[in-house]
Amino acid sequence: MAHRIPAAGAMPKLLIGLGLLLTLGFIATPIFVIFEQAFSKGLAFYLASVQDPDTIHAVLLTLATTVVVVPINIVFGIAAAWAIAKFQFSGKKLLLTLLELPFSISPIVAGVIYLLLYGSQGLFGGWLESYGIRLMFSWPAIVLVTLFVTSPFVARELIPLMQVQGNDPEEAAATLGASGWQIFRRVTLPAIRWALLYGAVLCTARAIGEFGAVSVVSGNIRGETNTLPLQVELLYHDYNAVGAFAAASLLTVIAVITLLLKAVLERYQR
Amino acid sequence: MKRFLAYTLALGLFAGPAAAQDKPVELLNVSYDIARELFAQINPAFIADWKAKTGQTVDVKQSHAGTSRQARAILEGLQADVVTFNQVLDVQILHDRGNLVAADWQKRLPNNASPYYSLPAFLVRKGNPKKVKDWSDLVRADVQSIFPNPKTSGNARYTYLAAYGFALEQNKGDQEKAKAFVKTLLGNVPVFDTGGRGSTTTFVEREIGDVLITFEAETNGIKREYGDKGFELVTPSVSLLAEFPVSVVDKVAERKGTQAVAKGYLDYLYSEAGQEILAKHFNRVHHPKVKEKYKAQFPDLRLITVEQVFGGWEKANKDHFAEGGILDQVFVKR
Amino acid sequence: MSHSVKHDGSIVARHVLPGFGLTMGATLLYLAVLILLPLAALLLKSAEVGPERFWQIVTSPRALASFQITLGAAALATAFNALYGLLMAWILVRYDFPGRRIVDALIDIPFALPTAVAGIALTALYAKNGWFGAVLEPAGIKVVYTIIGVAIAMAFTSAPFVIRTVQPVLEDIQPDVEESARTLGAYPFTVFRKVVFPAILPAYLTGNALGFARCLGEFGAIIFIAGNLPMKTEITALLIFIRLEEFDYPASASLAVVVLAAAFVTLLLTNLLQAWHLRYNGRA
Repeated sequence: MAHRIPAAGAMPKLLIGLGLLLTLGFIATPIFVIFEQAFSKGLAFYLASVQDPDTIHAVLLTLATTVVVVPINIVFGIAAAWAIAKFQFSGKKLLLTLLELPFSISPIVAGVIYLLLYGSQGLFGGWLESYGIRLMFSWPAIVLVTLFVTSPFVARELIPLMQVQGNDPEEAAATLGASGWQIFRRVTLPAIRWALLYGAVLCTARAIGEFGAVSVVSGNIRGETNTLPLQVELLYHDYNAVGAFAAASLLTVIAVITLLLKAVLERYQR
Repeated sequence: MKRFLAYTLALGLFAGPAAAQDKPVELLNVSYDIARELFAQINPAFIADWKAKTGQTVDVKQSHAGTSRQARAILEGLQADVVTFNQVLDVQILHDRGNLVAADWQKRLPNNASPYYSLPAFLVRKGNPKKVKDWSDLVRADVQSIFPNPKTSGNARYTYLAAYGFALEQNKGDQEKAKAFVKTLLGNVPVFDTGGRGSTTTFVEREIGDVLITFEAETNGIKREYGDKGFELVTPSVSLLAEFPVSVVDKVAERKGTQAVAKGYLDYLYSEAGQEILAKHFNRVHHPKVKEKYKAQFPDLRLITVEQVFGGWEKANKDHFAEGGILDQVFVKR
Repeated sequence: MSHSVKHDGSIVARHVLPGFGLTMGATLLYLAVLILLPLAALLLKSAEVGPERFWQIVTSPRALASFQITLGAAALATAFNALYGLLMAWILVRYDFPGRRIVDALIDIPFALPTAVAGIALTALYAKNGWFGAVLEPAGIKVVYTIIGVAIAMAFTSAPFVIRTVQPVLEDIQPDVEESARTLGAYPFTVFRKVVFPAILPAYLTGNALGFARCLGEFGAIIFIAGNLPMKTEITALLIFIRLEEFDYPASASLAVVVLAAAFVTLLLTNLLQAWHLRYNGRA
């Protein structure tokens, strides 16, 4: 598809120069700043900062949340994509809009609605509490809101692809007597695997980085319900900006790995 | 894959400063915003002390934010064993709205359940360029004050009441003039952060405002942390006694079976060792020996109390902080 | 990418395939529990206050100022990204230059980087003593704790949208169309305006709408750089958060409803644009 021309002439050079300059200043410099600040008190201080028990706990909590959230949303994404892309039914547009809603809802609102539902003073909170179940200000609450904000990622990658691929291969397999699970495993999955992985990577990145929604329902208990992004904020207000940037650098490394994975997957997808 | 998942989960949930070898008792202390450094010192000392006394291993977790926010979170289900707040009202609400704390909580510990006290004081920039000396300077049009939102922060409610009390004295008890005074004062505040530490950041890092009004303990702490910026302390002629009430959250402690250690934690705050740490962080204490030792760092001033001037917290709350109260009338920028 | 594909219309209601009941049931259940139920709680809570109080809350001066700030900064950010995004999409698709692949990968950083991290990094960068702030402030341009800072944070977090929606469409335009126009003597800019731009317009608008929606919802990156000065840099999402901390649930829920309604409208608009975009591509 590419019909790129080597940059010759004044106009292309000017455009490329401007584009590179803007990208460097606008997108890339913030990344450099994170590391510059993180190491501003030297390597020893940096290492001590990232080995702080609360920061390590925040890393583990964030990973545990991601490990639960991503598989659930992969399963949900596949189910939703199968129902929406492979069948015709009325109300499909509405269902799609609903599915994408978490994308456009402010994360703060996402946190607030869960608090209104499951807080002790909320709609269900009192009732759940009478059974000894407390959701808010604990790990389950963090998982719930993270599920909410990341729910569209996988489905949104799969639906357009599966719509384009059509139903013919699956229908042929069905005619030959394959079961639903066999059809999915042998026919559909190989065709969508890169898109699925791509969606999972995006979902993972967001699950790790979610801040607004989690901050409403976390309760900020140090070493217990502070995820890594919350730990960054907390250290920032603790007279410890360098520690905050050290924690932020961990998240930046994860972000860069995500980008690399994404670039690789994109190449396979094409 | 499954095993990996379970392992990661277990790791994420249970890893922490104290690993689960002999399953330490966990205590959650929900506290006010600017007490971060204070309890970072108190907790290890208490843990060692408790271990020596009882042989039991404790792990104390902290959560810090504006106390009204914290009270709300506890009412919404945050599992606090103890609260160490900076205001009576926010503990009282735990009793009033959720019955989480016994009605007589203030009588259970000495000094109205307040192991230490402080007062709103001023911090100004190097050389005090605006010549801020007392409350009366804060209503000058050229002086910008920084303190948090009195709606969310106990710290700011002291500032508000201290200013109001000052104005009442100056105007021989004229309520209307006092209202006008605090209205002008609130009008001179460019930013209302939700907690004390947010205001510190605004004043110190963002370099907004001419004077920061916060607890004496925090003004001293900032001066020490940011020695290079040359901030100066200003103690006004009169200020309001700020008590730091503490309580066991009975309902939670009962359910978790942590009553004894929760009580022990609060008692530790009254002990000589605890009072010494408190004083080191520029909190005024009652323990005679410690008080004598740290006398030099606490300038004398006249302290008025909520009881004297406002007829107690309950009345102050009704008159000033309840919906439609005086604060709502004068807090126009809200 | 998905945007360059064409509908073939071959999906018809033949339930030859199994699994509709299962997957549909699972999807509906998941959406109901995860999305509909909490939204219902929000609507119930805001309904409690009654229409009069609701109106009073959402038209209070501070709320109105927060809407204005949020919309204004989002408009600024979108305007910047409209230009920056078009430029980047153009040079990444049309020209070959050293480091092109790296730049292409860099574009996605704002999507991958947690917003809170972006927030403290941008604040450090544009603050008085930061790399950019040290240059800008003496020149009289204050970024941090002003609406410009809010706009920069928004622009950063939503930068990839325009680029990523325009890129595939631009790749699909046959070069011969442009070449023939050029052989007929048209100036390069005329070719762009008459041939290229109409073809990418639907995708371009979609990208901008997506970016704008993202700006409206952004929180983490903004709170660090904005310094929540009421009436000056306080965005609506932050006001909702503050009202919640003040124990003022009705106000918090009412404002959340307004934000939610705005999200619905932008989503609807984007979907309409996307439908146009697909149809346009289908015809081409």
